[in-house]
Amino acid sequence: MNPLQSYRMRLKRKRAKLRAWRSHYSLKQVADRTDRIGPGDILLFSTFRDEYVRLPYFLKYYRDLGVSHFLMVDNDSDDGGREYLADQPDVSIWTTKASYKRARFGVDWLNWLQGKYGHGHWTLVVDPDEFFVYPFCDTRPIRALTDWLDVSQLRSFGAMLLDMYPKGRIDAVPYRPGQNPIEITSWFDPGNYMIAKNNDFGNLWIQGGPRARVFFRDTPKKAPALNKIPLVKWDRRYAYVSSTHMLLPRGLNQTYDTLGGEKASGVLLHAKFLDTFAAKAEEELARNQHYAASIEYKAYYDNLRDNPELWCKWSEKYINWRQLEILGLMSKGNWA
Amino acid sequence: MSVGIIMLVHTAFDRAEQVARHWAASGCPIVIHADKSVPAKTYNAFVKSLSDLPDVRFCKRHRCEWGTWGLVAATQSAAQIMLDEFKDVRHVYLASGSCLPLRPVQELIDYLAERPQTDFIESATTADVPWTIGGLDHERFTLRFPFSWRKNKYLFDRYVALQRRLRFKRRIPNGIVPHMGSQWWCLTRQTLSAILSDPERPIYDRYFRHVWIPDESYFQTLARQYSLQIESRSLTLSKFDYQGKPHIFYDDHLQLLRRSDCFVARKIWPFANRLYDAFLTDSATAMKQTEPNPGKIDRIFAKAVDRRTRGRPGLYMQSRFPVEGRENGLTCAQYSVFEGFADLFENFEPWLARATGTRVHGHLFAPERAEFSDGQTVMNGALSDSAALRDYNPRAFFASLIWNTRGERQCFQMGPRDHIKNIEWDIAKDPNAQISVITGAWAVPLFKSNQNFGDIRQEAARLQQIESKHLEVLRSPWAKARIRIWTMAEFIEAPMEPLQTIIDEIGQQNMRGLSEVPRMADLNGFGQFLQNLKNQGMHPYLMGDFPVAHGPHEPQQNKPKPYLVQ
Repeated sequence: MNPLQSYRMRLKRKRAKLRAWRSHYSLKQVADRTDRIGPGDILLFSTFRDEYVRLPYFLKYYRDLGVSHFLMVDNDSDDGGREYLADQPDVSIWTTKASYKRARFGVDWLNWLQGKYGHGHWTLVVDPDEFFVYPFCDTRPIRALTDWLDVSQLRSFGAMLLDMYPKGRIDAVPYRPGQNPIEITSWFDPGNYMIAKNNDFGNLWIQGGPRARVFFRDTPKKAPALNKIPLVKWDRRYAYVSSTHMLLPRGLNQTYDTLGGEKASGVLLHAKFLDTFAAKAEEELARNQHYAASIEYKAYYDNLRDNPELWCKWSEKYINWRQLEILGLMSKGNWA
Repeated sequence: MSVGIIMLVHTAFDRAEQVARHWAASGCPIVIHADKSVPAKTYNAFVKSLSDLPDVRFCKRHRCEWGTWGLVAATQSAAQIMLDEFKDVRHVYLASGSCLPLRPVQELIDYLAERPQTDFIESATTADVPWTIGGLDHERFTLRFPFSWRKNKYLFDRYVALQRRLRFKRRIPNGIVPHMGSQWWCLTRQTLSAILSDPERPIYDRYFRHVWIPDESYFQTLARQYSLQIESRSLTLSKFDYQGKPHIFYDDHLQLLRRSDCFVARKIWPFANRLYDAFLTDSATAMKQTEPNPGKIDRIFAKAVDRRTRGRPGLYMQSRFPVEGRENGLTCAQYSVFEGFADLFENFEPWLARATGTRVHGHLFAPERAEFSDGQTVMNGALSDSAALRDYNPRAFFASLIWNTRGERQCFQMGPRDHIKNIEWDIAKDPNAQISVITGAWAVPLFKSNQNFGDIRQEAARLQQIESKHLEVLRSPWAKARIRIWTMAEFIEAPMEPLQTIIDEIGQQNMRGLSEVPRMADLNGFGQFLQNLKNQGMHPYLMGDFPVAHGPHEPQQNKPKPYLVQ
């Protein structure tokens, strides 16, 4: 990387910080409990819109892992989710009516909040339908992982998005609040992922899974990216560039080994395909607030009308992280 | 007689206090060193919390940065106090705040009482140890290291390089032989006091002050000077990973640690409540009188290091994406590629599946779709047969296919009609590939087809060009696969011998020879067909020499050579 390139990256990063700063004017505080954040706490940042039904289990899952405080941005929900979160003792919440798309799909809002509250903390950025799984997550709290990352002098931890889906029609089983969504969407594609390196940012670009297999089988280039770096020891100079797919400075994207070894990595179980999905796809299509003119939702919607089944004979049923590690979807690296 | 404990502490003071109380409960005197960088408030609270214990002392504080002299100085100060103030201590055990006694302390005391003259200190010469980090072994003792390895890696490396260039060498004093080993030892009063009160000690101290990581070599070297009996191992179970940092133990290691029979383990995660509860409370476990046996833990940590440095061959995933040349195996298992066989033999695929018991696919890289075995549209791993998905990243497609089916050998067909341009090099360079080629056999389907001859001629020219390019790849010096190439004419002379060789090499079963022969396409008139191509100005040469008229060498169908029949 020559000096000119690295200077351009620096400008990109500065621009992202500037956007974050600008976007904070649109955020309105609903409940501020950030004074309860203690040094060394692990913080979770998330944006949501009309996800009330998912929130109770989401909070429970991450509280059990040892997340100390939730910093949430509500994008104009009207289903009561905002009020529910505002009552939680470990949640600080902001609300905005601004455009999700213009805030680069929420990244600007979260970059701002992370810069303000996340400095020096391990921060986890996930959506309400993403469940973080890391090596030994059934026996070790997330603090064990971040302590180990600290000792290993690692600042970021990668976790690929793993799309989960039910067997049978997506709308066959209704989801109840508080229920573990993985009970319904318990299947995934074990081995059809494609990886390429993004030379500008140094991150890997992963595509594949059921969405590529069913919705994008003729247009694979448009298939959604699955690489994510959700866990970062935040510094106020850092910035997410595109969702949580990549960060600046570039070194943070180096969550993989290039000399044949395996670094430790996790998985984000993506419980998107619940019965609520069809309605969501319709709404999002109308709002046109998602990536690349909601092309994803368009593709889903067209396909889902005809044959809403993602399951196939070779789908694998989720058991635990060890299964994912054996399949080669994640790795313990040198953490033992 | 008792055992004295030196504790070096820098964090997790609540745990350190807990462990100190555990030692003290069995009558072990303790001298504690706390890092100088610990804030006064924390330190004072810690001292106060232990003030009710009579046999606890605190020594002069030094700044302990990793790999520097401070750790040795701290140990020296603490050891001096231990020897001066507790006269009945015979063995001194060096531990840290994150060490945890796994067996009842009394067992350790008894164990050492039975070996009153033995010093337990891992101590090996630099030539004999594999665990040197940063490529410095003997040079640790002959160069100077004024820059921090952690904070100023660049200056550290440059200064080492400079000294190498200038051939700078420090003299090792008094002809001592440098030894290295685990920082955690247990020495007898005799040995330890001899080291501390040696009249030459100022010389040694001055020398070791500038050695790199002196805490792993100071006592290890000097103990060799005085010890009556050295047992070169540490009583503390402490494992290091490939970067030289200690592995950490968590709650889920409880059973492993119990079965290790080690006296003390390091390092314990401060929040591993179950471990602290289990090992600091139940002193009632039966006296086992066994030697420490950390074999299983060793294996687990060795595997972790191996996974981190070498990884699983043939796996490409989010945290393993090797650059070219560092893959450590392009694929994870052996497989076979057949080119031209399915064109020449009418029932080649089912025949091969029966003869070898492997999974036989059609043309995986066919233009229309990936022809998985048995006409499946989705394969192991939920791999799709979509040509667009496959061609988007053929390498990922292929590596996934081999990875997903590990444990079952894969065979597939390839040919110049397929989309091979972006995958042929990967397969040719892969030592796991067995590639068998009958050149020119692609002409057989053209010969059988019902197309206009002009189109056939054009297609033949195209396929021949692709195949000859492909053969260049297979014959290049970079090709590492097991490659066999026959011209079609050569092959049909005696088809069974090469087939037998290929199948023996796959080596699944059927060592007695082939009982059944694949059915060869009817080649009556093929020579004339080639001649017609020639007459149209195209020059088919990859098939080898076919006479226009039928010769006596024309293959006989369904009549295997007798020696091949079981």
